[in-house]
Amino acid sequence: MSMEMLREVVKKVLNEVDVVIGYTEGFDKIHATPLFINTHEQVEKLIWSPICVHNLTTYLPSLKKKVGVIVKGCDSRTLVQYMQEGLINRENIKIIGIPCSGVISVKRLIKAVDHANIEDISFEKDGKINVKTEKGDKTIMLSDVMPDKCKTCQYPTPVVYDHLVGEPISSDKPKESVYGDIVEFDKMTLGDKLNYWLKEFDRCIRCYACRNACPMCICQDSCIAETREPHWISQRLTTQEKLMFHMIHAVHLAGRCVECGECERVCPMGIPVNKLKRKINMDMKDLFDYEPGINPDDKPPMYTFNVDELKIKEHKIG
Amino acid sequence: MSGVDPKQELRIVGFLCNWCSYGGADTAGVSRFKQPTDLRIIRVPCSGRVDPLFVVKALINGADGVLVSGCHPRDCHYSDGNFYARRRLEMLKRLLSFLGIDNRRFHYTWISASEGARWQQTVKDFTEVIHKLGPLNIKREA
Repeated sequence: MSMEMLREVVKKVLNEVDVVIGYTEGFDKIHATPLFINTHEQVEKLIWSPICVHNLTTYLPSLKKKVGVIVKGCDSRTLVQYMQEGLINRENIKIIGIPCSGVISVKRLIKAVDHANIEDISFEKDGKINVKTEKGDKTIMLSDVMPDKCKTCQYPTPVVYDHLVGEPISSDKPKESVYGDIVEFDKMTLGDKLNYWLKEFDRCIRCYACRNACPMCICQDSCIAETREPHWISQRLTTQEKLMFHMIHAVHLAGRCVECGECERVCPMGIPVNKLKRKINMDMKDLFDYEPGINPDDKPPMYTFNVDELKIKEHKIG
Repeated sequence: MSGVDPKQELRIVGFLCNWCSYGGADTAGVSRFKQPTDLRIIRVPCSGRVDPLFVVKALINGADGVLVSGCHPRDCHYSDGNFYARRRLEMLKRLLSFLGIDNRRFHYTWISASEGARWQQTVKDFTEVIHKLGPLNIKREA
């Protein structure tokens, strides 16, 4: 994929919509930032590389305009989920898809260079990253600094698009690997699991960044984590309150989470917040053979029911 | 959890649908069926009213067990409330053990207004299970 092709497509789309959302350079070489393009001149600022980590579709439900948006494979699933839930009008959205072979995790990259100041970075086609730091140059493999979601990515090519820039890629990762870590974790004893979560959530500073970045968290100002009526959680700084908040987030995303990993990416405390949601997704796959964000005609499993549930058996007490 | 006095009362929260299970519990009472007294009943209009988070909130804030009971599938007063409830509660049942909470502490079942004896048996069995598991203490071990 070349930048010229992308710019050309964006210019073409810009004639049909009010704004195109893409990526531009951020405050340093390893951070990209969202770019809202209104004019043809701004198209020159556009960039595309593995530092383009954000899920730009997050803006769509609240933008009442005709919008063009640049999506990676994982981001495109959000769009499908929005369509399933009627949160966007497909006619108002122009989707520019880019097949993606993985992005970086900024946290992991910084760790890989021992927190040295990164002055410049360049990406090669074969997955090598050349980093120029104040302490000298270093070559890192992209696969070593990827977020977890890329390591098991099943949809590198967007599942829905109007324009595809670049050649489609098919996933080379086994399907079983997607929930491998969840199955492994579930084998631990109950006490160990509870202690693990209490230890992780104890670090939570309740900044709610995970909620704010989450594309499927659409309650906005009515989020029950902050309402006083009903008063679900208080301002007390106890682990129980934090645990409750994360359970709210997980349960409200039951069968809706598209696993874009934004919650984990933005967490300043490095809490694996996506794990609970992925566990629910694994169960949804098992119970209802449902995967969020794949087919626009599907219905989220919690929005519907079968009179005879084939997979749900009555439980015995104990 | 071995040092629990069997006479010590634990906290069990029950969410019962107004039309079936609450009536069933009433039938059990009117028939003077003896039941353990650990259960505290909260009446809800329908099992579909039970947000899985009710259960989570109860368990995190001191309940040792939670029982949800509604009309039998196909018998819902509002025709499909318990069908939605079934999906949500099954999701929660599977999630609890992932969180490290024994999922035997949470049970959902269907009991009609005429099934007083069945209600008595359910309360007895569930209370026994909770007593075997002992108090749930969601605090981080040092």
